[in-house]
Amino acid sequence: MKWLSDRTVERLRVAAQAPDLAGTRYRLISHIARGGMGAVWLAEDTALGRRVALKILDVPDASGELAARLLREARILARLEHPGIVPIHDVGTLADRRVFYTMKFVEGRRLDQHLEHVRSLPDRLRLFQRICEPVAFAHVRGVLHRDLKPENIMVGPFGEVLVMDWGLAKILHDPAETASAAAPEPTPSAEESSASTRLPVSPVLPSVDASQPQTGHGVVLGTPGYMAPEQARGEVKRLDERADVFALGAILRFLLTPDAARDATIAPSPVRASSESAARPEAAGSAVPRALAAVCAKAMSPDPNGRYASVQELAADLSNYLDGLAVSAYPEGLFGKLARLFARHRTAVLLVLGYLLMRLLLLAWQRR
Amino acid sequence: MSDDTQIGGPSGRFPPTRWSAIVAARGDDPAERTRAFETIVAAYWKPVYKYIRARWGKTNEDAKDLTQEFFARVMEKGFLDSYDPAKSRLRTFLRTCVDGFVANQDKAARRIKRGGDAVLMSLDFQTAEGELARSEPPAPGTMEEFFEKEWIRNLFSLALERLRAECEARGKAIHFRLFELYDLEGERKSRLTYEHLAREFGLAVTDITNHLAFARREFRRITLATLREMTANEEEFRREARTLLGVDPE
Repeated sequence: MKWLSDRTVERLRVAAQAPDLAGTRYRLISHIARGGMGAVWLAEDTALGRRVALKILDVPDASGELAARLLREARILARLEHPGIVPIHDVGTLADRRVFYTMKFVEGRRLDQHLEHVRSLPDRLRLFQRICEPVAFAHVRGVLHRDLKPENIMVGPFGEVLVMDWGLAKILHDPAETASAAAPEPTPSAEESSASTRLPVSPVLPSVDASQPQTGHGVVLGTPGYMAPEQARGEVKRLDERADVFALGAILRFLLTPDAARDATIAPSPVRASSESAARPEAAGSAVPRALAAVCAKAMSPDPNGRYASVQELAADLSNYLDGLAVSAYPEGLFGKLARLFARHRTAVLLVLGYLLMRLLLLAWQRR
Repeated sequence: MSDDTQIGGPSGRFPPTRWSAIVAARGDDPAERTRAFETIVAAYWKPVYKYIRARWGKTNEDAKDLTQEFFARVMEKGFLDSYDPAKSRLRTFLRTCVDGFVANQDKAARRIKRGGDAVLMSLDFQTAEGELARSEPPAPGTMEEFFEKEWIRNLFSLALERLRAECEARGKAIHFRLFELYDLEGERKSRLTYEHLAREFGLAVTDITNHLAFARREFRRITLATLREMTANEEEFRREARTLLGVDPE
């Protein structure tokens, strides 16, 4: 038996990992990243002459559970057409029976890597608002992300924000079903036959219903520090938009105090997540404005009823803050209100004060 | 191959995809138990031998005896009965068993046993010793990684031999040869291109890429099938597959 050097072992690893794209329109370029259940490769779509990201399962799963999950993710992405959500191009099964899908290749940085290039507080808040937009859109379309975190947010070279990795998404409701029967949804078989026309290698896709929740009650999926307490407790049936509101609150905390937020994500405990003090950025001794700290704390309230009811509400409070208006999460005293009004109308107030001072000086000079 | 181990080595016999040596080794069928044992020995004897040499600093003669005796114990004493895949991986379990076994061995007793009626397995220690000499000696404190690395190396070697045998049996020896040239012999890769191979073998470039894709696909399938034999259940298989394919499951 031939001895294999370390280098050969690594080459064999790559050979075994690489998706077999023979017979497809794709040409493999390089490995990009690895996620919970699959790897992402950079490939070229030779038919269209463009680069795509190709996500594929790491191992063939005998039960078909992972393949179903990947397909479900693909179909969820397909229903979420939004500039802030990475568009899916294709889905199929390779000759080695591994399920894959291709999506837009996003050239950019993850939010956690991008943050050092966004210094000012207003810029960070505007970045956060752009993160809220696709999430709010997904909620309207009946989809919860359930794994929002800086690592799953990409910022493109022109500042565009993309929410990635919808592998843990949960379907809350199907808006097409509730809207009307006028435009019937394609049946699963129709979807599959549609996909099959684009799959020269193996048109057979495992049947999967994207509307069916794939996670059993009691199963914990998510990322510590960004998971809502009810999610960390595995209360899958209780989850609604407010679970993503919690995660967005944690992302806001990360934007405000990156170091403190990183510390808060170390302990994977729902107890930590439920600690209101941990949600407050100023708890870390930072110079975060109180109103923003309150917004953060409200979004990350341990009790879902204490949070913003929707992402739009959270984003609206942020807009108010940026516009110098009162935020719903922070009841102001008289002094606070005056200070905010002064900050908002600083120029006008200074002009008026200057004018009054001039008048006083003029009056005093006339009396002499 | 003729001078390599005769136990559990590559042969024309390819187990069904879902067959698990761990499950079979704990079963009641003596024939299946023997077959399972052979499979486990084939996958682990070299890593165990090298580990004993590196971790315990044993001479090659002592390491040979300890390896032989360790696997004899695994078979006779039912070591695997106490293995729980929910608690650890098989290789972690076996490595821990090796540590306990070597630590408790009495040299004199071992000598007696060596001269006794223990059935010795035919293992090619000379090759293993040569391989050990070609490797970088592991740094202290990295013995776990060393064992894992040797396990992966051995598993890939087994899979490669199976791939070679399968390709030859199916009249696709050229596929394996291309795979060997392009993917294995890395030193040549920098100057080896599809066009070069196409000229050398008198084939079209598309044939080269198709043949290589076939060989890679089969290598992956055989590697995973080999791995599946070494795992007790689907979950452990997935975890190990991730490790083998370069993913840290932790």
